[in-house]
Amino acid sequence: MSASLIQANPKIILEVNNLRMHFPIVKGFLRRTIGHVKAVDNVNLFVQKGETLGLVGESGCGKTTTGRCIIRAYTPTSGEILYRTPDDKIVDLAKLKSEGDLRPYRRDIRMIFQDPYSSLNPRMTLLQIVGDPIMANHVASGKELEDRVAMLLKRVGLRPEYMRRYPHAFSGGERQRIGIARALALNPRVVIADESVSALDVSVRAQILNLLQDLQQEFGLTYLFVAHDLSVVEYICDRVAVMYVGKLVELADTETLYMRPLHPYTEALLSAVPKPDPRLRNRGNRIIPEGEVADPAKPPSGCYFHPRCRFAKERCSIEEPALRDLGNNHFVACHFAGELTLRGVLDKKVVA
Amino acid sequence: MTNKNLLLEVKGLKTYFYLDEGTVRAVDGVDFSIERGKTLCVVGESGCGKSVTARSIMQIVDPPGRIIEGEMLFHRINQDSGSSEQEEIIDLAKINPRAEAIRKIRGKEIAMIFQEPMTSLSPVHTIGHQISQAITLHTTATKAEAREQTIDVLRLVGIPRPETRVDTYPFQLSGGMRQRAMIAMALSCKPSLLIADEPTTALDVTTQAQIIDLMIKLQQERGMAIQFITHDMGVVAEIADDVVVMYLGLIVERGPVDTIFHNPKHPYTQALLRSIPQIGPRVRQRLEVIKGMVPDPYNRPKGCPFHPRCLKRISGVCDQILPPKVELEPGHDVRCVLYDGSASHPVEGSASHPVEGSASHPVEGKGGSQ
Amino acid sequence: MSQNPSSNSLPVENPDAPAEFVVQEQESKVMVASQWQLMWWKLRRHKLAMISGVVVIFIYFVALFAEFFQVVPPDQFAANYTYAPPQPLHLIDNSSGSPQFGLFVSGYKVAIDNFSFKRTFEVDPTQKFPVRLFAKGFEYKILGFIPADIHLIGPVNEGDPLYIFGADSLGQDVFSRLMGGTRISMSIGLLGVTVSLILGVLLGGISGYFGGWIDNVIQRVIEFLRSLPTIPLWMSLAAALPVSWPPLAIYFGITLILSFIGWTGLARVVRGRFLALREEDFVLAARLDGRTQLQIILMHMVPSFLSHIIASITLAIPGMILSETALSFLGLGLKPPVVSWGVLLQDAQNIRAVATAPWLMFPGLAVVLAVLSLNFFGDGLRDAADPYAR
Repeated sequence: MSASLIQANPKIILEVNNLRMHFPIVKGFLRRTIGHVKAVDNVNLFVQKGETLGLVGESGCGKTTTGRCIIRAYTPTSGEILYRTPDDKIVDLAKLKSEGDLRPYRRDIRMIFQDPYSSLNPRMTLLQIVGDPIMANHVASGKELEDRVAMLLKRVGLRPEYMRRYPHAFSGGERQRIGIARALALNPRVVIADESVSALDVSVRAQILNLLQDLQQEFGLTYLFVAHDLSVVEYICDRVAVMYVGKLVELADTETLYMRPLHPYTEALLSAVPKPDPRLRNRGNRIIPEGEVADPAKPPSGCYFHPRCRFAKERCSIEEPALRDLGNNHFVACHFAGELTLRGVLDKKVVA
Repeated sequence: MTNKNLLLEVKGLKTYFYLDEGTVRAVDGVDFSIERGKTLCVVGESGCGKSVTARSIMQIVDPPGRIIEGEMLFHRINQDSGSSEQEEIIDLAKINPRAEAIRKIRGKEIAMIFQEPMTSLSPVHTIGHQISQAITLHTTATKAEAREQTIDVLRLVGIPRPETRVDTYPFQLSGGMRQRAMIAMALSCKPSLLIADEPTTALDVTTQAQIIDLMIKLQQERGMAIQFITHDMGVVAEIADDVVVMYLGLIVERGPVDTIFHNPKHPYTQALLRSIPQIGPRVRQRLEVIKGMVPDPYNRPKGCPFHPRCLKRISGVCDQILPPKVELEPGHDVRCVLYDGSASHPVEGSASHPVEGSASHPVEGKGGSQ
Repeated sequence: MSQNPSSNSLPVENPDAPAEFVVQEQESKVMVASQWQLMWWKLRRHKLAMISGVVVIFIYFVALFAEFFQVVPPDQFAANYTYAPPQPLHLIDNSSGSPQFGLFVSGYKVAIDNFSFKRTFEVDPTQKFPVRLFAKGFEYKILGFIPADIHLIGPVNEGDPLYIFGADSLGQDVFSRLMGGTRISMSIGLLGVTVSLILGVLLGGISGYFGGWIDNVIQRVIEFLRSLPTIPLWMSLAAALPVSWPPLAIYFGITLILSFIGWTGLARVVRGRFLALREEDFVLAARLDGRTQLQIILMHMVPSFLSHIIASITLAIPGMILSETALSFLGLGLKPPVVSWGVLLQDAQNIRAVATAPWLMFPGLAVVLAVLSLNFFGDGLRDAADPYAR
């Protein structure tokens, strides 16, 4: 990816270049660093204003860590996180060191967490939880604060009277709504949804997904949707990025990615998703990569996916493939991208 | 469904939990059967009672839970040294959970695997030790023979280099491998029924696909019946022969998998299928939402448990009586008044309790299958 | 899973739900219950803890109003009643034919053996000393400033002997001394625990919050302190206290010595909670909301472990009481005229006492009662401390 797409394209609100997040592995009494877990290893992506970018992958791929780097919960090891401010200036969030510098941007980029139980302080009322960001930033207090919280609760489908209650009075889906209200408290522009529906019951997921879409329309929000459920991602995302062991392997429009993937891992991932139609059982011709997901602390040489890839050649074990633009904003990190015949998702749509 | 192939018949099972805050009717009158060599999927969301049902079959319900009513008839084939196969029917509900009789069945005839393999395998024993122990417990194998059988079964479930892996500890294995080890342990004594309680929920999607394929393959090779509990409709579509949909302790619909997906009758089943995003060509419509949420188990709604969220509810009926089970066609039944062919629906005054007796006698719906 | 036992979940606001199916929801008390209320409700169900709690409160009440419970001043000695056995209280007097009601005790017939000069006491039913509740006795000041002279129990005629628990080697009333000792023994526990609390929370918090080498250093110091044998350590520290110090100064000195090791246990608990809390999503959320580190600690983390601290403190007090008792028993701690249970037990240190005057060990029973009730209550508190445990 060329440097600074964000400069050239005013539609881009967030760009990530060469992002790396390496966690040291510390051992022994003297706490010596003996290696690194390369949770995020040279990730490049960009998000356009008002769109939903999905970030998918399996456990250990680094999607959650990427989200947390962008929101600056961690300080990245290296790389750029370029953000376009409301007055059209480009700021590199990765370079900001102190909390004071980051403060203004913390209002613009917010996060919705995965676990509805541990993301809300059980000892605080809803008023305190949703009102905390408002109070911390000295935006409002007293009656005005209550009014704002009431409005936020209503927006996410909860009654304003609930603000006196504690989280233990609510179910998982309702708690997630509280988390969404908290994320919206400061009128953000970008919201990172970190596996926000994964912990919910199936019937509640639909409610929350619809809510997220409504809020996006109403407030012009940009979403980075981190998830592992490919059906959910297909439903809600405009573009999707696929990660494997800290690397971005493919990035494309949702429809293109799902119908015509160009990376063998994406193909395997799509093939593995169980389709909710018994007439589509493809057992026998499912593509199952051999072996297990690679260890981010000791990744294979060259292309990380090569030990499990059915198209692997010698080059794949030596040289790491770069992320290339194959046209139409379809980026793939594979030496043979475009030359392989890969299967996407079947065309048959199920009528319930 | 001929009688000869029945492996397990559950009739009118009720398991209640008696807590300080109240009584939770976790399983409230459930009927289903499992045929030999077939897979039954039990689907439902949290609080529907699918896990408690499985635990009731194995008699491992933790106190303060208790099976208070019902039969669980297990058709066991007694293979004596002679050639004749005799079928013995045992009512699992009547066996004391602590008796030796149920211990003979657990692990040997009916095996169970769980969602979280890390907590289901002992962290201080090697997987070989754990599997061998199961074998020596239920068969007459010696330690050496048990070890050989263990290695064989590990190979069967696809663990590479089983001769070395047999001496590893669970924490040395990845999630997928641990789940395979647990399946190996479950299969080691060649059970006729495998109960799998959300075995793939905690796994990555590619690992999940591997495990599902493995279970299907093993079923075909061994003729083993599987009761697969899950909330993922995609997995159900991949693996089930028959499906049972549960809601708040009751079976709301039961039928072959194709019927459930392509001709669902119960409003909950229909709503559930419409609320899950389906992978396929992009038609961005809104997901249909089931309004509200699963009610609090201590405060069940009167009448049909689903009625507060049902778009097709009939006021005065659905909130008063528990709908009787209606057989739409052999093998497909529904618990909903929309299909109850019997003439008059009791309105206020009469029948203010759910009609208990009719639950176990399916009423021939006059409307028949639609 | 929702945990609201007494209400229906309301379907989420939507215009399509017909009004008649929207179940009327009362805001149950549980929904607006703070963590303290939840803790209290959970504690209430723990019967043993509740009973023990009452006992603990009673013991502290005695400590506060010790003089009210005493019969005679604890240092009042009576040469002719040394080692007098306890006088049982009677209610019904049958000696003169018809039963008479009224509290009384019987007197002693004292005989002195000519050879060993040993005093023997025999209960003499002819001597009757009436006793009453809320009797007038020696003067004292409630809480140090309100003058009073009423006592819980005392002889009707001042000067009559009333030794409910017997007398010691100087003829001092064991019961009165026991009551007096309560104050010192129970308060040393409190004082010591307060000092431990401050040190423990501070050092444990720093250790857990910052981690890294600070954590490493503090933990190693804790381990070192805990590995020192306590009694020799106390002995040396107590020996370091100048003998010329007034009793009160020695009292504080002992308290400090006991807290010297006591803080380590609390520090570990606090550190553990901080480590666990650091990883919680809501702490990260607070950081992302713009809260400073100090605000996060005070507003989010401290309330989360406060209940655990309270439970730990309650369980630490018995340790302090036992330590003081042990020290004083060995003669290293408090000394007469200061009265504590440990000092009282010094009198029971020889075989003569145990064999002939076993009532001198009553203070030991008091220690057992205090320690057990505090332990049970602390257990109940600890179980209730995390009402959100899933």
